Amino acid sequence: MARTNQKKLARSAVFTQHHPVPRGVVRAVAMKARIIVTPKKAVLDPQGKSVQNALEHMGYQGIGAVHVGKYLEIELAGADGESWRKQIDEACHKILSNPVIEDYKFEIE
Amino acid sequence: MNFAVLQFPASNCDQDALHVLKDVLGQSARFIWHKENSLAGIDAVIIPGGFSYGDYLRTGAIARFSPIMEAVRTFAANGGPVLGICNGFQILCEAGLLPGALIRNRSLQFRCEHVFIKTGNNDSPFTNKIPPGKILRVPIAHGEGCYFAEDATLENLKSNGQILWQYTDAKGELTGPANPNGSLWNIAGIGNEAGNVAGLMPHPERASEAILGSTDGRLIFESLIFWLENKMARAA
Repeated sequence: MARTNQKKLARSAVFTQHHPVPRGVVRAVAMKARIIVTPKKAVLDPQGKSVQNALEHMGYQGIGAVHVGKYLEIELAGADGESWRKQIDEACHKILSNPVIEDYKFEIE
Repeated sequence: MNFAVLQFPASNCDQDALHVLKDVLGQSARFIWHKENSLAGIDAVIIPGGFSYGDYLRTGAIARFSPIMEAVRTFAANGGPVLGICNGFQILCEAGLLPGALIRNRSLQFRCEHVFIKTGNNDSPFTNKIPPGKILRVPIAHGEGCYFAEDATLENLKSNGQILWQYTDAKGELTGPANPNGSLWNIAGIGNEAGNVAGLMPHPERASEAILGSTDGRLIFESLIFWLENKMARAA
């Protein structure tokens, strides 16, 4: 690499200089999927019920049903939001959630 | 008969299952690692208990995508018998080979104890040697064994004779206290519509020798062996 290019790269990548990215890791994370998985309303949620009881026991007023779910964040390479939307939806259906017992929603940005 | 006992990372009842099949019941049995993709020469598949992939995401959710599961799917579609025990039951539900799902025990506790189960259908590859009306005493050890399915699915299971085992008290009554995990309809184990795939949360392999306090679990393996022998005799 030419010396000038090296300088330019150094100036534009202060962050990566101090936090070197291991070889093989995708550096250019352009997008992120944020996925929320929750138990279906019809499914018994003993965890949510326990948390609800604890909150009520602590004296919080007006606590309704609590549902405990999962939050997943996935780093995505590239910038093709539409393509990722399709793929993430498929992945949510296939593995990230179990449609028998869970609902999911996600956003990509 | 040639049994396959599948091994996933963190399977932990694989040795017990193989021991019962080989040493107690005199069958030919071998382990098959989950990265393999062939079940050639196998007559029956056992998916043993454990915590495959650390139960990450959901129990059985990651194991179901292991290469061997494609072979299991084909094997089952061709009528081969598959028995999932505990985590094996969870994997079969995740894979869609059995309906419904297994979720966190209603008590939120990991339950490790002996329970009683009754058999709902004595005419299946997994139950034909169980005397009608006999209550089996078998151990459970799980945190996610609460069987859930939608009402329509439960009705289908019932009308098709797919509810193979239910938790009862010692007298065979379906009571609330006899249900260790909150399973709908006290369901402990079910079969698929075709009848050749079954799963249950209790561990028959831990109740197959007198020294372990119960030999009731052996009846499930003996049923399977008897069914296979009949099947081969018919084919011959």
